[in-house]
Amino acid sequence: MAKPIKHFARRLKVQDNVNTDYVISGRYKFKIQDPKELAKHIFEDIDPDFAARIQSGDILIAGENFGCGSSREQAPQALKSSGFYAVIAKSYARIFYRNAFNIGLLLLECDTDFIDDGDEVEIDMEKGKVRNVGKGLVLNTKPIPGLMKKFLEDGGVVGHLKKYGGFKLE
Amino acid sequence: MGKTIAEKILSEHAKADLKAGDIAICDVDFCFGQDGTSSIIIDSFRKLGAAKVFDKSAFCMVIDHSAPSPNIGVSEIHKKMRTFAKEFGVGMYDIGCGVCHQLVPQKGHVTCGDLVLGADSHTCTYGAINVFSTGVGSTDLAITLASGKNWFKVPETISVTLNGKLPKGVYSKDIILEIIRDIGANGATYKSVEFRGDAISAISVDSRLTISNMAVEMGAKVGLMEADEKTLKWVKQNCGREPKPVKSDTNARYVSAKTYDVSKLSPKVAKPHAVDNVEDASKLSSINIDQAFLGTCTNGRLEDLEVASKILKGKSIKTGMKFVVAPASKEIFLEAVKKGFIDVFVKSGCMVVAPGCGPCVGTHNGVLADGEVAISTANRNFKGRMGNPNSFIYLASPATVAASALTGRITDPREFSKRL
Repeated sequence: MAKPIKHFARRLKVQDNVNTDYVISGRYKFKIQDPKELAKHIFEDIDPDFAARIQSGDILIAGENFGCGSSREQAPQALKSSGFYAVIAKSYARIFYRNAFNIGLLLLECDTDFIDDGDEVEIDMEKGKVRNVGKGLVLNTKPIPGLMKKFLEDGGVVGHLKKYGGFKLE
Repeated sequence: MGKTIAEKILSEHAKADLKAGDIAICDVDFCFGQDGTSSIIIDSFRKLGAAKVFDKSAFCMVIDHSAPSPNIGVSEIHKKMRTFAKEFGVGMYDIGCGVCHQLVPQKGHVTCGDLVLGADSHTCTYGAINVFSTGVGSTDLAITLASGKNWFKVPETISVTLNGKLPKGVYSKDIILEIIRDIGANGATYKSVEFRGDAISAISVDSRLTISNMAVEMGAKVGLMEADEKTLKWVKQNCGREPKPVKSDTNARYVSAKTYDVSKLSPKVAKPHAVDNVEDASKLSSINIDQAFLGTCTNGRLEDLEVASKILKGKSIKTGMKFVVAPASKEIFLEAVKKGFIDVFVKSGCMVVAPGCGPCVGTHNGVLADGEVAISTANRNFKGRMGNPNSFIYLASPATVAASALTGRITDPREFSKRL
């Protein structure tokens, strides 16, 4: 397996109940189909400068119920296209959760109170741990269901279905 | 141990004995997309490499979020949908037909006991007619379109009992706003909610659809009700397939149970920018309004138009106020014309627009200016939802919205008690 990878945290000003309208507004998602173009407008309504600060490999840090509201798959697509390696939140809304793993975007669940903007973060998928390097903290993540892990390995649900010819349940 | 409605419907569709927490592959009875989600459905369907759709009669697309198209980008999406519909011979409700969550049940695509997926978060609406229906993203929908199946995690269930008689001027919208205030935007995440009680029995199927429609605003996967005589009459009028009503067992396991006495409720309003930020309408009379909106998958049905038209009849909306009305379907529009509701709206100063849901999602038909305040019958008041992040959205019942349009401030509809 790959060694733990280093990443930097990008923490949203608004933490809880960040809905998919906030991830990418309906103003854009109805007329722009290119995820890279959409990525320029993420979180515009709650933090207009946020999109410009993202570096490839960053990790998005959020609170409870991240991705609630609309079913728009453009939300995880735009996050992935903007360069985010993963999202770490306290919890996720269900449609966003499915959509993210379906397109191969890693979501981790743990207490995010001790991860500040700009903190260096290490992810150890095998042990299910997130390490805040600067603060010397190790956080346990909620286990990822087996099927979701397979979607990630297969580059998303489409790749998974092509590989196995159906869902590979445990 | 007995089973909940969710456990029973998913067990039936997986041909397995499932309980909450289980993951299974289920057969889906019907699925659909709208113009905000269908473009990616089409892309994902092509990536899957499927030669055909699993069942032409078990899928449709609806153009409702931006109908008719306000710009070139949207027009291209609509064209792509029409081309796909023709190529694969699948159903298409084009501009002017109405809102997907009105059309899917009204046009008879679903009946009691069905398992339904929609690429729209408010697909939970048909829980009110005993359908396990839930929203998914576009790729999930494409998988079902290609195979007729998808994977499901069986949700735990919260039981919500609604007792008592609704007072005059208080409607099902006020009930669900009160429940969301209490349970919170995150309180039912990944759960099924079963609504029951004599207050549910007493209200119409249309009113029940309003309640289930907003289950997702507390995170729920589905908001289910058992079928009664009213439900069966309603679905049989619309759908040719035999309904298979599903009841929960008396010894079913619920993760929690809530009881509300609706006879004590007053008209409610959700304040900006969260649906669970709920207050009594009477306490917000100092809030001035610039625009009102009546319509959407929550409250654009005939009885909603009737309630509003009774309040507006023979009166004019406040000078300077804008009032947009969008019937939820063409059939509702025609019926509202026949009954004189549209005549009332136009004479009182409202703009009646094509059936669809544009204003709610801020794509067109009434985008707000900076600092403007709207009162709407929709289900979401997120910052920027109606197209401008510097505007403010209050959510309320059709009666509260109509009353507020007359006075130009948030108004408890009981101020017009003779018209209720």
